[in-house]
Amino acid sequence: MKTSLPAKIWIYFLLIVTSLLVFFPVLYAFMISFMTAPEIIQGRFFPKEISLENYAKVFDRLPLLSYLLNSFIVSISVMLGQLVVCSLAAYAFVFFKFKGRDFIFFLFISTMMIPWEATMIPNVFTIRKLDWFNTYQGLTLPFFALAFGTFLLRQHFLTIPKELHEASQIAGLSRFKFFWKVVLPISKTSLVTLGAYGFLTTWNMYLWPLLITTNQSVRTVQIGLKQLQSQEIATEWGVVMAGVIVVIIPTLLLLFIGQKQLQKGLSQGALK
Amino acid sequence: MNTAGSFWRRSINGRTALLYLLPSIILFTVFVFYPMFRTIYLSFFLTDQAGNAAIQVGFENYQYLLGSSEFLNSMKATLLFVLYTVPIGVILALFFALLANEKLKGIGFFRTLYSSTMGVSVAASSVIWLFMFNPSIGMFNRLLQAVGLPQIQWLLDPEWALLSVSMSTIWMNIGFSFLILLGGLQNIDEHLYESSRIDGAGYFYRLRRITLPMLSPTLFFIITISLINAFQTFGQIDILTKGGPSQSTNLIVYSIYREAFINYQFGTASAQAVILFIIILIVTILQFKLGERKVHYQ
Repeated sequence: MKTSLPAKIWIYFLLIVTSLLVFFPVLYAFMISFMTAPEIIQGRFFPKEISLENYAKVFDRLPLLSYLLNSFIVSISVMLGQLVVCSLAAYAFVFFKFKGRDFIFFLFISTMMIPWEATMIPNVFTIRKLDWFNTYQGLTLPFFALAFGTFLLRQHFLTIPKELHEASQIAGLSRFKFFWKVVLPISKTSLVTLGAYGFLTTWNMYLWPLLITTNQSVRTVQIGLKQLQSQEIATEWGVVMAGVIVVIIPTLLLLFIGQKQLQKGLSQGALK
Repeated sequence: MNTAGSFWRRSINGRTALLYLLPSIILFTVFVFYPMFRTIYLSFFLTDQAGNAAIQVGFENYQYLLGSSEFLNSMKATLLFVLYTVPIGVILALFFALLANEKLKGIGFFRTLYSSTMGVSVAASSVIWLFMFNPSIGMFNRLLQAVGLPQIQWLLDPEWALLSVSMSTIWMNIGFSFLILLGGLQNIDEHLYESSRIDGAGYFYRLRRITLPMLSPTLFFIITISLINAFQTFGQIDILTKGGPSQSTNLIVYSIYREAFINYQFGTASAQAVILFIIILIVTILQFKLGERKVHYQ
């Protein structure tokens, strides 16, 4: 669509102003993370010089590296778990005909209507009974099955031509081989979308780790931030912001790299 | 014997399928269905400190909640919060998506900036906003000071706290809504615009007659998601206000959390959880019912 020059200038103006406003809090945190305490009290926006002292301090005050490692382990595990569990289920829904399929599918979809927060009380008791407080399995396993993920992959599997399945059966490929060698490779884009989504949401999870971690052994960075904020609040905002920046860099990077893909995948999964 | 054997053979498909479904079924049963029923069950009991059902009280927990000014206040705060965050959040995201849907040089850069808040966790966002709301060194009060307005106790004044939390929440949600709406805009068939341009229709006419109707399923979806998210808000409350001041930001999930894991009142907390479930169920059903009828699908 051709846009006239005055309209173009107007749109660019709006784009620049509004996108900077949206990005401003992140930029502000980034700037603060380089400032000394007096500079922050003065209310500057740009630091006089880039000092990494706050970053050194935050790693010093908190076992931030081990929190980061914990968050990585938890996020990667949930991501892989979701990919395995959801793709298996989606495969069954698309490539098997069996009695009760629609009913089971309906049961799966119905879990989307149950807010996770409405079930958290018994879940905490279950984790306690299993003696899974402060363990990786307690942090990850409850999130492996995901109706949204199953649905997203099912929609993609449905686009795979039936002929391909028939041909593979004639060629004597087993069900599992067909799944592994044909279906999964074709669906790479959906798997990547679901993977990125799973990683992002798990990395950012707050309430569940807050409930079931009581010591530092498996605590994630988000809970680390809460800890940092309540310890440091009175004085060293620079240190707190350095912590914030360290925590958001992995997800921001992931988002920037996969933005296009994520947008396409999410809107497909959501709407079709 | 023969029929049983053939049944065994005929059901091979179903049995293999079940194998593929088993991980999901087990996990859903343990972590979704069982706890849902358990929550409903617990909501009819008084519990001991360990969360075991102790005394059956029927609907008394619910009656207690409906008569408790604390709970009613929490419901009111939740509804106000929804009212403050959802409409403005969706309209802003729509506005940004329309801007970012223009085919201009460097548009990818702006799309990245708009979607950036999706990469910032609730905990990190809340800490950043906590700083911006700081009464003495935060930027909001500095701005007010610069233009000669009186300072505001953003998070400490009961009149302002919920608005402040809402403001930060709108920001946190913009990235996701933006991405989904942009996706919806890009799915609209270009041909529709071409023919309307030949007819000489202006931008706002096209917006009203083509873009919005074609975008309505996406809009409807994002409104539902925003509503559900608003009812599930927790992180920003825990970091920014802890439900205060004078409970003005004690949203329902925070209230459940406090009742269960600080006061150890699992019975009434479960009753609140059931109420949350019913609210979200109603929103979801409305999405299906109204969405199918009112919304224009391609």
